[in-house]
Amino acid sequence: MVSRLYKYIEVTEKQLKSFFELLAGLSLFSIRFLKEVFVPPYEIDEIRKHMIELGMKTLPIVGVTGFIIGLVITMQLQPVLQRFGAEAFLPGAVGISIVRELGPVITALIFAGRVSSGIGAELGSMRVTEQIDAMEVSGVNPFKLLVVTRVFATSFILPILTVYVIFIALIGAYIAVVLVQNMTWEYYVGRVVFSVEFGDAIPGIAKTFIFGYIVGIVGAYLGYNTKNGTEGVGRASTSSVVVSSLLILIFDMILVKLTLWLWPVAK
Amino acid sequence: MVTVKNLHKSFDNQVVLDGISMHVENAQNMIVFGRSGTGKSVLLKCIVRLMEPDAGEVSISGRDVLSLNISKLNDLRKDIGFLFQGAALYDSMSVRENLEFPLIRNFGYTQQQINEKVENVLEAVSLEDAIDKMPSELSGGMRKRIGLARSIITEPKLMLYDEPTTGLDPITAKEISSLILELQHALKMTSIVVTHDLLCAKIIADRAIVLNEGHIHSEGTIKELLNDKDPFLVDFFSDEVINKNGRD
Repeated sequence: MVSRLYKYIEVTEKQLKSFFELLAGLSLFSIRFLKEVFVPPYEIDEIRKHMIELGMKTLPIVGVTGFIIGLVITMQLQPVLQRFGAEAFLPGAVGISIVRELGPVITALIFAGRVSSGIGAELGSMRVTEQIDAMEVSGVNPFKLLVVTRVFATSFILPILTVYVIFIALIGAYIAVVLVQNMTWEYYVGRVVFSVEFGDAIPGIAKTFIFGYIVGIVGAYLGYNTKNGTEGVGRASTSSVVVSSLLILIFDMILVKLTLWLWPVAK
Repeated sequence: MVTVKNLHKSFDNQVVLDGISMHVENAQNMIVFGRSGTGKSVLLKCIVRLMEPDAGEVSISGRDVLSLNISKLNDLRKDIGFLFQGAALYDSMSVRENLEFPLIRNFGYTQQQINEKVENVLEAVSLEDAIDKMPSELSGGMRKRIGLARSIITEPKLMLYDEPTTGLDPITAKEISSLILELQHALKMTSIVVTHDLLCAKIIADRAIVLNEGHIHSEGTIKELLNDKDPFLVDFFSDEVINKNGRD
């Protein structure tokens, strides 16, 4: 019993240590990113290439997910609002929840699963096959070319994807609405626009810059520092998804509090 | 050309290089022998600061490598070529893009000059037909040749080779070794070659060192080392010969 407890404490201590090492490493990596992002060359072509590549890669899956989320959340909310005689609020309630929370967070989580793991695996593979060393020894700054461009691209493509997902989710929500009640598209859009305020839309989309940054920096950090060959590449890829998803949720909690403080919901 | 003084490198508690000192003259080919895990590749990486040594001095063409800032280090690296063990070709780029990469990034050549240089190095390694292939479409020997072509396209003054013939069949290994020697003569480069391959060393070497337990155990010409009666050298080179005979 006591030995089992010691073993449990030992494992927990190890996990805590590696978690804090990861946080420290990520912080130093972020500082290096901030130092290098303003130094020329700016690699605009590489950033554009990554934005198109990452955007196109994620577009179908986030579109489908957004549509289903809009549909399902409406189907769930409709009977609840009907119970309180508040069916007229359905478009507004769905609109606010999609714009403020569901759209940004769901998009970021799917983006993390699709992109962070990809970046982790790609850079990890480049590290273990010495491609990053080859770049460095040829006088090229691999951090600038491989890390800065990808993190920049993820930070700016995610807000665009989020706007797209919000739009698709609202279409999904409308389809769910017309399945159960008679409502025109014009009336539905009018109710959504009437209910969703500036204070709902801007913070919801703005926080996805930070989510995009998290996805990029976590994948790049774990990939760039991969060790132990192909096993390390696999670990970098899976850890990228886990760590970036977790950080997205933690930062969402902080940012929700911050945005409610900056843009309080009208009473 | 290259001087290393009292170089130390450890990983955690494992001492890999324990006071290595060596000197390579201009246009000389130096071979670095040693058993697996004796720090041969670490030595090469410390010379170009792909790894930071714990202590010691490295000087290339009179410049103190370890005290250079990153921008000056990158300038120095433009005069250095490095052939990695697995060739380290950028697998998202075609052969042409791999070869163009150092030229576009570091030098102000026109597209016409770049095309000429790419054609010339591909001709030098006899792989003109591979220009539009992806690295995944190349055999091990072809990858090594393209890696070599990429390393010499900038006409470096110093070439570092990390096991250039490992994993190749004896005929291809001999071809690569002869190619390295030809290029070295043509471009008047100084070379440091880490290898286990005695045949490769015999073709290329002007001088050689043998690493053991973090130190330089012996230094001399290949002939001197092969004729040395030191038990470690006798043992080491007999193993090398057995490996060679086994492969042949």
